[in-house]
Amino acid sequence: MIVRGGDRVLVQGITGRQGTYWTERMQAYGTRVVAGVNPKKAGTRHCGVPVFATAGEAMREAGFDLSVLFIPPLGAKAAAQDAIEAGCARLVVLTEHIPVQDVMEMLAMARANGAAVVGPNTAGLVTPGACFVGFMPAFEADVFRPGRVGVISRSGSLGTLVCLNLVQAGFGQSAFIGIGGDPIVGTTTRDALEALDADARTDAVVVVGEIGGTMEEDAAAYTLEMTKPVVAFIAGSASPPGKKMGHAGAIVMGDRGTYASKRTALEAAGVEVLDTPSEVGRALQARLG
Amino acid sequence: MDFEEHAAKPLLRAAGIAIPRGRLARSAAEAEAVAAELAAPVVVKAQVPQGKRGKAGGIRVAGDPAAARAAAGAILGMEIAGHRVASVLVEERAPVAAEYYAAILGDAASRAPLVIFSSEGGMDVEEIAASMPERLRQASVDILRGLDLETAGAMLKGLGLGADEGPVAETLVALYRAYRDNDAELLEVNPLARLDNGRLVALDCKFTLDDSGIRRREELARRGCPEPLTALEARAQALGLRYIELDGDIGVLANGAGLTMTTMDVIAHHGGRAANFLEIGGDAYTKGAPALEIVLANPRVRCLVVNFCGAFARTDVMTAGVLDAWEALVPAMPVFFSVRGTGSAQAREMLRERLGVTPYGTMDEAIVAAVAAARDAGGRL
Repeated sequence: MIVRGGDRVLVQGITGRQGTYWTERMQAYGTRVVAGVNPKKAGTRHCGVPVFATAGEAMREAGFDLSVLFIPPLGAKAAAQDAIEAGCARLVVLTEHIPVQDVMEMLAMARANGAAVVGPNTAGLVTPGACFVGFMPAFEADVFRPGRVGVISRSGSLGTLVCLNLVQAGFGQSAFIGIGGDPIVGTTTRDALEALDADARTDAVVVVGEIGGTMEEDAAAYTLEMTKPVVAFIAGSASPPGKKMGHAGAIVMGDRGTYASKRTALEAAGVEVLDTPSEVGRALQARLG
Repeated sequence: MDFEEHAAKPLLRAAGIAIPRGRLARSAAEAEAVAAELAAPVVVKAQVPQGKRGKAGGIRVAGDPAAARAAAGAILGMEIAGHRVASVLVEERAPVAAEYYAAILGDAASRAPLVIFSSEGGMDVEEIAASMPERLRQASVDILRGLDLETAGAMLKGLGLGADEGPVAETLVALYRAYRDNDAELLEVNPLARLDNGRLVALDCKFTLDDSGIRRREELARRGCPEPLTALEARAQALGLRYIELDGDIGVLANGAGLTMTTMDVIAHHGGRAANFLEIGGDAYTKGAPALEIVLANPRVRCLVVNFCGAFARTDVMTAGVLDAWEALVPAMPVFFSVRGTGSAQAREMLRERLGVTPYGTMDEAIVAAVAAARDAGGRL
């Protein structure tokens, strides 16, 4: 789930307004976009790459390592299935508001075929200085800069703010992993943490979580096995219970998914939990010396 | 989206699960008529989408139509968990021999549907889990294969269901079908009862429709209960915006769920109180102008924090929308900007040109200034 400069990227939904806008930005940044998919525009070229009817055809004709989906909610399952059946090993699903049963089907198909899914409802992946997939402002020099801090975030906007704060404090990022704001996602906080723990270019990790679910609690247990320092910010301490706070996954139900539960679990594991994202530089300086 | 019992139960019947005879009544007289029609002892049940109805006195038994009328009269107009009771379900009441619990929901840990069954029903599943965990069974379903009788039967082994084991397994399979056919987030039968005559009947049903499934279940969604909204929240929803009214005095406009929650958190951290949650991230980033109008329409708002950190949502587009609305409304209150990320160079230039304002260097600086301004404005009142 760390994207590398050599990865060949397929863009499903390349011809749409957002697909076009972000494909151009990915290409300008250095992402190796090799092809796109749109059944209605098969045989044409878009953003300088061939457009195929299916991911299967794209795999045969162009070959790719990772597919990023700019596909509307009710079409996302079929598009993911197309990519998985084509032999795609890594999918980045940006779409928000995919029915949760479709998400479970998509993830089950991926599991059965040995494919990894990031998302749904993720802003994507960034490896500063190399490439990005999705819709993160990798190209904004005050937000992303090559460095040695890994960032995991359920939110694109808040992840952007944390990356900005890191750069302002003199740090850069080894990788940004957007895991997505849905209640059920293919790559959890813990999965991303394990990837960054194993990554030789990463010295420390910032976990950007939010209320809802138990992913931060599960990740807290894993940090006990890590030697790399981890700091965290959890959004939603001032949110009322029982309301979906913009993300389908960001909801406190009864005593599940509360801010207090996450903060307690992380602090018990020795992770510093920040009161405001602007403290991230100070916290890392203290931990990294 | 939550459903009331009377709207949820037909989904079970459509899948082949028996439910009691009965009908919805909106007045005491109508409840009496339904009881007379059923010609049997009845139970009169308040219809609200959530809340512990029994404990609140919203469920009463009645031996004859006159008693049903009295029960309905007592229940209608009650308030349960913030919902005013406008209708009651009047159902035939049959003698119960055993009560079970059954539910299916999407489980984040296994990323699959989870079937939950207990040989003890009629109480909350949390209560069952705490007091008699040995009666509780869970099974993860391979969503690509579905739930078959064999798997359902296997999870029931050792619960001592006796002759009920087969029919309960069939009920679980039917329940799973109803879960899949209706884009359920949660489908729960509690209690699933065995009557004295041996029949299995769903005495209550809770159904939550996945909000992301509404688009392809429009007809079904018309029978559900929309979330209770304030006038401003409803106006925002009609525009496709997620706005939540809070009780503070600092208006918030930000992009993205995470950043908007964080703006509220940091306001609280610096001693202030947010007046609202409103995010224009995702596809809503072109709606800056109507979004600002909604934030400012809340009379409690004394100052405004605009916090943009653009990723997908371009800050130049969002800022242009905010400026359009600001110039049209000319609000007499201070505004504090923090603008970063995609398109921020153009956005900052626009703010300088059209409003003569330079955004704060950080979100915290903008928020600290807003908290101070809200305090000053409060002092003047």
